[in-house]
Amino acid sequence: MYVSPDVSPDVTPDVRKAADALMTDPILSLDGITKIFPGVRALSDVRLDLYPGQVTALVGENGAGKSTIVKVLTGIYQPEEGTIRVDGQETHFPTAQHAADAGITAIHQETVLFDELSVAENIYIGHAPRGKYGLIDTARMRRDAKELLDRVGAEIDPAVPLKDLGIANKHLVAISRALSIDARVVIMDEPTAALSQKEIEELYELVDRLKAEGKAILFISHKFDEIFRIADRYTVFRDGQYVGAGAMADITEDDLVRLMVGRSVDNIFPEREASPGEELLQVSGYSHPTEFEDISFTLRKGEILGFYGLVGAGRSEVMQALFGITKPSAGSLVVDGQPRQIRSAAEAVEAGIVYVPEDRGKQGAIIGLPIFQNVTLPSLDRTSKNGFTRLAEEFALARKYTERLDLRAASLDQDVGNLSGGNQQKVVIAKWLATEPKIIILDEPTKGIDIGSKAAVHAFTAELAAQGLAVIMVSSEIPEIVGMSDRVIVMREGRMVAELEGDEVTPETLVRHAAGISEGSA
Amino acid sequence: MMSQLIKSREAILLAAILGLLALIASRFPAYVEPGNLVNVFNDTSTLIILAMGQMCVILTRCIDLSVAANVALTGMVVATLNTLMPGLPVVAILVIALVLGACLGAVNGLLVWKLQIPAIVVTLGTMTIFRGIVFLISDGKWINAHEMSAGFKDFPRMEIAGLPMLSWIAILVVVCFVVVINRTPLGRSFFAVGGNPNAAVYTGIDVGRTQFLAFTISGMMAGLTGYLWVSRFAVAYVDIAGGFELEVVAACVIGGISIAGGVGSVAGTLLGALFLGVIKNALPVINISPFWQLAISGSAIIVAVAFNAQSSRTKGRVILKSAEQTA
Amino acid sequence: MTDVSNHHVPDRLTTPLQRTLRSWESLLLAVAVAIFLLNTFASPYFLNAWNLSDATFNFTEKAMIAFAMALVIISGEIDLSVASIIALVSTAMGAAAEVGVGTPGIVLIGLGVGLACGAFNGALVTGLGLPSIVVTIGTMSLFRGISYIVLGDQAYMNYPDSFAWFGQGYVFWVITVELVFFLAFAVIYGVLLHKTNFGRAVYSIGNNPVGAMFSGIRVKRVKFILFLLTGLMAAVASVCLTSRLGSTRPSIAFGMELEVVTMVVLGGVNILGGSGSIPGVVIAAFVMGLVTFGLGLLNVPGIVMSIFIGLLLIGVIALPRLWNQFRQARR
Repeated sequence: MYVSPDVSPDVTPDVRKAADALMTDPILSLDGITKIFPGVRALSDVRLDLYPGQVTALVGENGAGKSTIVKVLTGIYQPEEGTIRVDGQETHFPTAQHAADAGITAIHQETVLFDELSVAENIYIGHAPRGKYGLIDTARMRRDAKELLDRVGAEIDPAVPLKDLGIANKHLVAISRALSIDARVVIMDEPTAALSQKEIEELYELVDRLKAEGKAILFISHKFDEIFRIADRYTVFRDGQYVGAGAMADITEDDLVRLMVGRSVDNIFPEREASPGEELLQVSGYSHPTEFEDISFTLRKGEILGFYGLVGAGRSEVMQALFGITKPSAGSLVVDGQPRQIRSAAEAVEAGIVYVPEDRGKQGAIIGLPIFQNVTLPSLDRTSKNGFTRLAEEFALARKYTERLDLRAASLDQDVGNLSGGNQQKVVIAKWLATEPKIIILDEPTKGIDIGSKAAVHAFTAELAAQGLAVIMVSSEIPEIVGMSDRVIVMREGRMVAELEGDEVTPETLVRHAAGISEGSA
Repeated sequence: MMSQLIKSREAILLAAILGLLALIASRFPAYVEPGNLVNVFNDTSTLIILAMGQMCVILTRCIDLSVAANVALTGMVVATLNTLMPGLPVVAILVIALVLGACLGAVNGLLVWKLQIPAIVVTLGTMTIFRGIVFLISDGKWINAHEMSAGFKDFPRMEIAGLPMLSWIAILVVVCFVVVINRTPLGRSFFAVGGNPNAAVYTGIDVGRTQFLAFTISGMMAGLTGYLWVSRFAVAYVDIAGGFELEVVAACVIGGISIAGGVGSVAGTLLGALFLGVIKNALPVINISPFWQLAISGSAIIVAVAFNAQSSRTKGRVILKSAEQTA
Repeated sequence: MTDVSNHHVPDRLTTPLQRTLRSWESLLLAVAVAIFLLNTFASPYFLNAWNLSDATFNFTEKAMIAFAMALVIISGEIDLSVASIIALVSTAMGAAAEVGVGTPGIVLIGLGVGLACGAFNGALVTGLGLPSIVVTIGTMSLFRGISYIVLGDQAYMNYPDSFAWFGQGYVFWVITVELVFFLAFAVIYGVLLHKTNFGRAVYSIGNNPVGAMFSGIRVKRVKFILFLLTGLMAAVASVCLTSRLGSTRPSIAFGMELEVVTMVVLGGVNILGGSGSIPGVVIAAFVMGLVTFGLGLLNVPGIVMSIFIGLLLIGVIALPRLWNQFRQARR
């Protein structure tokens, strides 16, 4: 079994035993780190130790606080509490420069570099070699860059602007940049997400070399095979808290998953009787020049259809095309027996399709507007009269749906920006339910929200399906997909690679299809 | 294909300028005689100098609308100094102009950096304030040619190797900017701050401080231009260079500097300024009323920004492996 | 967060009245009253009905544009071409008057040209997706440039007598036609922004354009209409200004866009979009009018007044931020 009910304390591996096995002092040691954002406690009393010549895997679900700790380590965020020690010496990183000076460098999830600058400049910005009169020695910079690029096995001309490179090559540039800083601590945040199998193998070799050079590596990944292949130690975060650490040799995959999830799937997912009704949506041959190809599926009333895949597999892109945000280059759509062309979100809403986006802050909630105005925004035609707003009707509508979702707020007149992530999500869902849709698309609906709100969102999703709504749920969290879906479509690199139903939906099959691994290696 | 096109943006602009010159030359050959081209360049010098400073500001995602008012204020101050102390050497005047201009620019920069007030608001405000101060200093009166010392007036006209000093200064400024923009960490950080401010923070660049320095540089160039302007035209008054800030922005936009920041080059800016200069000087030659100039530069801005937007349209995320090969 | 089974969320915690009392608008109103009193003491000529009536010309035309501009800025865009639209509209009206078109025709032509200018800006911003600040810097040159091409150093002055009504007429006693226009548009724009679905869409776009689009708001259409409205209001202002001056020169209303933007920002509209109100702009118009008028009575030249306007613009934004930084530093 992949997950089992309730973690008992005795499965937590003995940290001391693990430490004894790999006896050294950590280069970098975080203790009691707490980081608070308005409405959210992103990190709460967490610890993390990084040892020279060893790879530490940081494991946790989305929203566990992994990216926050990276930002603390690199001086972008300053924690409210806690200590950072380098070689046992307590220190602070008030700016990114301070962290870099302490020998810490990070390769980020999204390639965060500069399109207009050359490859060499991207690698050396901030610490370019200087020549005469303190000017940047371009020739030497390019030579050095070439050397670094060779080291990571990238055949890239250091003189070309970064914008001319593909995504995988940009990633290699980011890795080269990390190497260019004579770092002692290298943070790799999902470094293989955009790489091909061959490039991944080369990256593993590189990591081995860095280890041999005595560098401490923090490796963040969702891919378990990868973690077991490359890491020496692990640290697990859950919901912004430290839950365990130890040596990889002392833990099994099952135990690691249990630490990470920390609860039973059966406990948080509602029991539901799947009884899909008539067909509501039929998508045929949806394609896009660069994002996805030949997506075809159907959706029934009362059904929950899961979309699984690795980050960047093109799931959100498909959903946004269905919602009219992007235009498909080919394909057709039938909603409720009617052929439809959806060219804008407004038309999608008219057709009864609504979309709860993954990027809540940017695409979901309108921060700056009060809760009730967020809820009524797509339904203003119904609450208003001759185009004039009627506040009483708006409050009534907002109240009806926020109460159904059990929203916790000081008042409906409060700025939605002051709510916690989970409550913001409830406002976004309420906004769409108020339009009385037929089809609701939930894109990573529980990403970055607390356990309590998660359960509420899950229960509610089940209730919607029971009431006859057709639900599409995009999620990267395997338990959520397994626990909620009647049927699952798996996507990889912009294509549908599997459609699973009933007993076929297991964590193993999902991972295998999503990663494109043949039988038995997942 | 597309990236090839973007790379040659400067080439397209150069071709446009040469085509324009050829077109004018076909009817009025006198226009392209070396002597006249020197005049055209000399006339465009002030625009070139100001555009270099403005380029830095726009690269960092800001805009400086106060440059023309800065020119007027610095120009009035040095002209007044000259009337009070005719013996003051030109070198001292130049230093004063550069420092005063830089200080005025630094005021903009500080407001943007320390108080995070949008650049457009700050410079709209300082633009009216600077002009008002010119009035206070001069009491609304003109300083005319006969009140200025000979040395003060003659400096920009001094010829070296057939080129007036004004032109030489413009060339020197361009050379300095080529070095600063391409070969110093500060110059590169302008691109980083404008192109990807979040990533800039990760690489240890202080975004606000970089913007402050860009404003200071822009102000310094405006100060330099202030002296050159009043000495060349041998007159200083409140409305000097009125509305010139828009021409400066126009030169940058035509030269391919993206108003969204992070994109542009010294060569493009230079060509953008020359493009406007060639047109401005050609109008009287080809018997078109100079009143056309404003409309032409307005149209040029719109065409240029539309063209730039087309060539740098954001592409979607590339997920399909097949698409990545061709992209 | 405790788990209360029948958790109740009230509609509001503060009443609209409480909110009004604590608002930027109330502060501004206090400033306006203070300036009024100051002026009353500073000059014996201030408290005179006819003088005060004259003083309204200082702001009525600008304020009419400022109402539309407020909506544009709240939506996260800007229109710097308004003063140039005034020039182009005035030129078109002058040309029409020259060939003998009557007053209604002149006004219709003016409004048509204003709408066309607005449509041109709107199409470039929404159709081609260009940044409005550059587009309107470009059209600012283009529109006024066309006036210069048509007029050069000439002027149109042959307006029919009845045309003078807009800028020189009185409706009742000291109440000018322009003042009535100003008040009427204040009500119209106040209702449009604060009481209609359209106004709500404007706020949502200004706070989060992507989120608004994802909520089914037709963002481009709304923005296009906003540029049409600024064009239209610039045309209305042009009718009034041209009528008041009785002549058209291409330099008419030069630099007025900055005063309009200043008025909007002073009125509490966030230059980055998302918040602001029409009552705020109305009070800001009175403040600017009173300052200009008061300084005028004290024989302060116009250009020096502009220093005050510039300081006011930066000051009203800088002071709250300085205050916040000061408070945070003390904590």
